[in-house]
Amino acid sequence: MAYPNLKDIAPIDEVGVKERAARYQKRSLKGETKLSALKLAVTMLDITTLEGKDSPGKVKQMCRKAMCPITSDPSIGPAAAVCVYPSLVKVAKTAVGDSGVQVASVATAFPSGQSRMRERLTEIKYAVAEGADEIDMVISRGKFLTGNYRGIYDEVAKCKEACGDAHLKVIIETGELETLDNIRIASELSMAAGADFIKTSTGKISPASTLPFTLVMLQSILDYYERTGIMVGMKPAGGIADAKLALQYLVMVKEMLGKKWLTNKWFRFGASSLTNDLLMQLEKQRTGLYQGGDYFSKD
Amino acid sequence: MYDFINGNEYAPAPESTAIVNIKKKYGLYIGGKWVDAQGKKTFETINPANQQVLSKVADASKADVDAAVKAARKAFEGEWSSISGAERGKYLYRIARILQERSREFAVLESMDGGKPIRESRDIDIPLVAAHFFYYAGWADKLDFAFPGAGIGGQKVKPVGVVGQVIPWNFPLMMAAWKIAPALASGNTVVLKPAETTSLTALLLAEVIEEAGVPAGVVNIVTGAGDTGKFVVGHPDVNKVAFTGSTCVGKHILKSVAGTDKSYTLELGGKAAHIIMDDAAIDQAVEGIVNGIFFNQGHVCCAGSRLLVQEGVADKVVKKLQKRMETLIVGNPLDKNTDIGAINSKEQLAKIKSLVKTATKEGATVWQPGTSVPRKGNFYPPTLILDCAQSHTVVQEEIFGPVLTIQTFRTVNEAVEKANNTQYGLSGGVWSDKGAKVFKLTDNVKAGIMWANTYNAFDPASPFGGFKESGIGREGGLHGLYPYVKFNA
Amino acid sequence: MSRLKVKKTYKLYIGGKFPRSESGRTHALLDKKGDVIANIAKASKKDLRNTVVATRKAQAGWQGASPHLKGQILYRLAEMLEGRKAQFISVLKESGMSEKSAIKEVEKSVDALVYYAGWSDKFQAIYSSVNPVSSPHYNFSAPVPTGIVGVVLDDKAGLYGIVSQMAPVIVGGNSTLLVVPSKWATVAMELAEVIHTSDVPGGVVNVLTGELPDMVPTLSGHMDVNAVAVCSSDNELRKSVRELGAENVKRVVFRDNSKGNLSPYPIMDFQEIKTTWHPVG
Repeated sequence: MAYPNLKDIAPIDEVGVKERAARYQKRSLKGETKLSALKLAVTMLDITTLEGKDSPGKVKQMCRKAMCPITSDPSIGPAAAVCVYPSLVKVAKTAVGDSGVQVASVATAFPSGQSRMRERLTEIKYAVAEGADEIDMVISRGKFLTGNYRGIYDEVAKCKEACGDAHLKVIIETGELETLDNIRIASELSMAAGADFIKTSTGKISPASTLPFTLVMLQSILDYYERTGIMVGMKPAGGIADAKLALQYLVMVKEMLGKKWLTNKWFRFGASSLTNDLLMQLEKQRTGLYQGGDYFSKD
Repeated sequence: MYDFINGNEYAPAPESTAIVNIKKKYGLYIGGKWVDAQGKKTFETINPANQQVLSKVADASKADVDAAVKAARKAFEGEWSSISGAERGKYLYRIARILQERSREFAVLESMDGGKPIRESRDIDIPLVAAHFFYYAGWADKLDFAFPGAGIGGQKVKPVGVVGQVIPWNFPLMMAAWKIAPALASGNTVVLKPAETTSLTALLLAEVIEEAGVPAGVVNIVTGAGDTGKFVVGHPDVNKVAFTGSTCVGKHILKSVAGTDKSYTLELGGKAAHIIMDDAAIDQAVEGIVNGIFFNQGHVCCAGSRLLVQEGVADKVVKKLQKRMETLIVGNPLDKNTDIGAINSKEQLAKIKSLVKTATKEGATVWQPGTSVPRKGNFYPPTLILDCAQSHTVVQEEIFGPVLTIQTFRTVNEAVEKANNTQYGLSGGVWSDKGAKVFKLTDNVKAGIMWANTYNAFDPASPFGGFKESGIGREGGLHGLYPYVKFNA
Repeated sequence: MSRLKVKKTYKLYIGGKFPRSESGRTHALLDKKGDVIANIAKASKKDLRNTVVATRKAQAGWQGASPHLKGQILYRLAEMLEGRKAQFISVLKESGMSEKSAIKEVEKSVDALVYYAGWSDKFQAIYSSVNPVSSPHYNFSAPVPTGIVGVVLDDKAGLYGIVSQMAPVIVGGNSTLLVVPSKWATVAMELAEVIHTSDVPGGVVNVLTGELPDMVPTLSGHMDVNAVAVCSSDNELRKSVRELGAENVKRVVFRDNSKGNLSPYPIMDFQEIKTTWHPVG
């Protein structure tokens, strides 16, 4: 781990990024390609609930969905993880058991990050102690936007340390960083400080994940990998509601990073409603019929 | 085989050809009627992706061209001159609308006849064609505002008359639109000759023009090869010649019209420098390089065919470019995933191959990605030529294919010197994050179109045309009207 | 006791210097009575070639000079010409003009220079455009000078012909070679002296006198000349310039000297429209 040389980072042209992202959207996936991509997408889901009204009952049902997305076809899924608040980690961990579904927890004064570092680290340790396999932290965007990049690096490094064996996903909150140059710098700082994943958004701020944001983060991951040999994962979250868009993300990952990254070890979707849309598309591929919402469980 | 994770290719996603109805045979569109060429001469037009014959097209003789010019003259002296600018504009609006409605049909036909990927014909060519008609439609009744001071001394803005237009095969329908729309908007009538290998969309455009109710003789389409073009350009009753094509043919045209009163516009070849400074947005620059040279198989007169990279970032840029090129899909033009379609003709393919061979002979290094290229049909992989010097043949000659030469430089002035060290001056590209440097470069490179931090962007409102041997006059935008009018008392 | 008049030697004007023709050839210019007015230098092919080199050298600097400065210099030309009015009237009369016509000729010429001086920082605004493209780009088109422009004059030129053809070329930032037939050689070389003393950088305007057939084919075929204005209605001349000019796609414009109407359009004949794109985002 070393503080990155930010001067080596090339500037980013926003219009160019948008054009590039739009071109990925022109790829047309058909037949076997589409079917295998949809199945892959299901296994990359971090099925998420992050609401004040979350309860053990809600979380248990969601865990069932993650383990077995569609009862009639056990070959589909399971999802990669469930993502909950720290207080519900234990419930989730119990529910998923040894299914292989990971339990992720947001921490570090999610979603704003506006608390003392001590409390934020304590929250991580609490979630890990409760059984979380993965921690989704937020960076201090206020600190970032004042130019205190060293501060961001330090806080990510401390969080990584607090995680112990748990994987750390760093949410840079793209919607608040606003520019693609900021997104690139935040990605570089996070990776250099030890992030296992970089993640676009909390889902509480709009815009959340977009293809251009993700493109810039994927490019950072690629450049970091080529520089250091270290693979870092990517998790777009928020705003990915339909299967078509999800597949466009996967095309981008495949064409930019290659098939190495096409596993849930290195790529995740942070989403909730995406699950059923993927399942509906899979069913459409199987039956040839367009599907209706009532035929899919809403857990 | 088409497994998303492990497959190297996507499952085929072909655009359906059911939407186009290609006739067995096409005549000439003269004076509002479809007629056979005299002597019923025809030639075959083929699909360059699979060598299948698509149709037979009339081969216009001198007499046919003469009939077309007569029809154009008659329409110019008659009906077309008697209607107002506003009404003229309405015909163009109609054409634009019909083109939008039938856009997919045009896109598919363009890709079948010319070999360009459906992604481009569908998303770039045809939308720009409709937009071009829509843009110039609006000028038809506003010409008095287009030329400041032209009305001084009782002068009026008048059309030049009958315009002879000869267009190339790289953007068949788009070039037809660039020629016809401003000509008609300013009150001229036209005789247009599409390229021999790509006549079909121009003929379908004639159907649209017919459907739009444009008076007979205002637009005449004569198909044929070089000789037909010579007849159009050389016809004594043509008032203006508009040509897009090679510099070599352009020079012949200049000589042939030398002793006449004909006015002319020429849009000729290019060998554009694409300059990457070390402070550029490198990843977007790489994408710009790809758009610059691999768009339309590199069959683009304004292609960014000479890459000039500042030495400090040269390795990085080339490495990223190569990685990007590995993902380019070469294949069936009608597949929605195809990035690089078919080379337009066997002759062009042979020319590209021979120039690349020359590069090797002259000591440059040829690099191509591992991309699979269909064995059948005219295909050529995206290609880099590394270790180039200014004196290499491939650096000097227009290749007109998916082949990029790469040179390095150290300073802005060196980049400018290399960029300008050519007979051409059509376009250029510049990538830098520093505004002052961008303008220094765009100001000093002698070219008609400068793309800064972007490349190969087109718009009907934006003038297009070159300096030096890249041509004379502009097409598109306000400035594209000028060649189609004269100021007369 | 009558004083013997000191006659002037008329040479060429190349790159801000007044050399003789490298060929050493001259042409005796006669007045109506058949007396020798002057021995005019007859420029050769080689002179023309050397002149193009000098013109190219001057071009970048002149193109880069500020529009304000170009206006100042053209206005300065007008001032200098006005100041030498009497001299020009006298030379024009020697060349066969009546006094009345000569006065008018000089005045019109001065006024033409003032007219074009004023355009130096205006025509660009009128003939440029910010193009409303439908993509996230800022896009503008503006005229930039074509480069080296040869101006071929014929026997109808007169002072006004020369000045009114030269002014729009140089005010637009081009450098020029004026190719002047012997008939107007003295007038042209007097003008060269005005140019020389008016802060016009050396090489921006060059004057070659002599026989058109000695110079025009070389000019027309020269690969480093970007444009030619043929100010003559001689169809054979026009045709040959275009034919030879095709070799480097020269911009060849035909002009009629007699008209000489003042307008910005002659400036635009030797401007290239350059369009620049930049993303907004």
